[in-house]
Amino acid sequence: MKIGLVCPYAWDAPGGVRSHVADLAQTLIARGHEVSVLAPIEEADDVPDWIVDGGSPVSVPYNGSVAKLSFGVKATGRVRRWIRDGNFDVLHVHEPLAPSLSLLACWVGRGPIVATWHSSSERSRMLSASFYIAQTAMEKVTARIAVSEDARRFLVGHLGGDAVLIPNGVRVSDFITDERLPEFDPSRPSMVFLGRMDEPRKGLDVLVAALPAIVEGVPDVQVVIVGPGDIEEQRESLDPSVRDNVVYLGRVSDSDKARAFASADIYVAPHTGGESFGIVLAEAMAASTAVLASDLPAFRNVLADGTAGRLFATGDSTALAQAAVELLTDSSARTELVLAGRDRVMDFDWEHVVDDVLAVYDSVTVNGEHVTEDLRGQLVGRLMGRG
Amino acid sequence: MSWAWVVVIVLVLLVFGLYLSMTAGRLDRLHQRIDTSVLALDALLLRRSAVALELATSGVMDPASAIVVAEAAHGARTAGENDNLARAGAESALTQALVIALGEPEELALIRGTESGSELLAELDAACRRVELGRRFLNDAVRACRAVRSQTLVRTLRLAGHAPWPQSWEMDDSVPDGLVTR
Repeated sequence: MKIGLVCPYAWDAPGGVRSHVADLAQTLIARGHEVSVLAPIEEADDVPDWIVDGGSPVSVPYNGSVAKLSFGVKATGRVRRWIRDGNFDVLHVHEPLAPSLSLLACWVGRGPIVATWHSSSERSRMLSASFYIAQTAMEKVTARIAVSEDARRFLVGHLGGDAVLIPNGVRVSDFITDERLPEFDPSRPSMVFLGRMDEPRKGLDVLVAALPAIVEGVPDVQVVIVGPGDIEEQRESLDPSVRDNVVYLGRVSDSDKARAFASADIYVAPHTGGESFGIVLAEAMAASTAVLASDLPAFRNVLADGTAGRLFATGDSTALAQAAVELLTDSSARTELVLAGRDRVMDFDWEHVVDDVLAVYDSVTVNGEHVTEDLRGQLVGRLMGRG
Repeated sequence: MSWAWVVVIVLVLLVFGLYLSMTAGRLDRLHQRIDTSVLALDALLLRRSAVALELATSGVMDPASAIVVAEAAHGARTAGENDNLARAGAESALTQALVIALGEPEELALIRGTESGSELLAELDAACRRVELGRRFLNDAVRACRAVRSQTLVRTLRLAGHAPWPQSWEMDDSVPDGLVTR
């Protein structure tokens, strides 16, 4: 099958949507499909040949922050050419309402179009004006996919209709590793935190408040904090009694992330909100690490109601400390969670998830129509006299 | 002799009093000028975001550029009513969005190619220019008022009363390159 995937955000910048598209593309290619990914690219070197440059992204204020997007007439021209040359059986756009290549692809393409909705948080609250503008493009989407129940609710609430729920995938095999990070002392029990230090919703504060009680229960515990942020400032905020137990690694590569999970006895996810799926929990499970997470709906779902990982009351440092000490001192409970987690994560393995995506592709391509350019009712069409 | 001195002292006091009252009046007028300039700038900014929103929803731009402009225009219209800093930030963001969205000559040519598009661009051009002017006038008034208020005599005698220290309005108000047709 010839598949055209569109990613609206800059390929060079790390992000959930970008990794989703990359993983999906790789899994599809491994299955023998012909895949082309269109994405904004800042620096064209070092990208695989299945990625097509949709134009260099510009930083624009969007949705309360600054996003790197590609839009405008030049970008529209590139999308048009990519669709024309690609002769795809199916066009699969991601985050179609972001003002970037995905929306443009819906606008200039016609035929079997699949759209996947990722965001759900209150941050992605949109104006009715934007929906009005995007209406023509959205009406051409044949099948809609949501990656989480929240994303689905957002989509249904704003656009009506329905969407198929296909969760985010994890490349489980990428997280299975025997290598350990040298920063971890294998003779000591350890726990790892992952995420931006200065993003309150990642919940580092909740963990920091729990540390004195954890250290009291398990004096030789090693707590490893992974993620970008001001390390000095963060260290200052620690209780003096726990400073020797905490190690900071800063930002790490994807492969070191897998090693960090594998090196730790527990992965702790003290998030306080803003998570629509919790992919990082699935990654930790794939790396055979026991998961201790706050009781958010998304996390409860990923952890199969607490059977594949331990849950504690969201934002409650005392509950976190108690559960952490229990797990750190009980290796059989940890092993039980690791085994259940490894089993559970297979539900999120891309190898499995991609079957659901392919089923959607099949259902929209039954009559053999290809993706073509659409010039009806558009400016370019009007100007070219074809309107 | 003493009689002449009395006349001189009374005259000096009279002149001094007159000067103070004139300065107070001048300050009052300057504050008033600031108030009217703020109101005028507010109206001009609202006008600009309204035209930007209209341009975005009129279907003459590609939908991605249109959403970028619409979101920025909406942000500017709803940004902190009593928080000038947030408002100026949101208005600057709208300027940036317009500069980026109208930055390509091809895009402008397409928009101009339609009747409603060329009208809206002309309106937007006018609105952007007026914002530039309105802000300059406001900041002029602020500068003049601050100069008077920092005089020692005005400060020590508190001639400005309880009027708050005048704030200049700092934002990016550049007119998108492509709009300039003249």
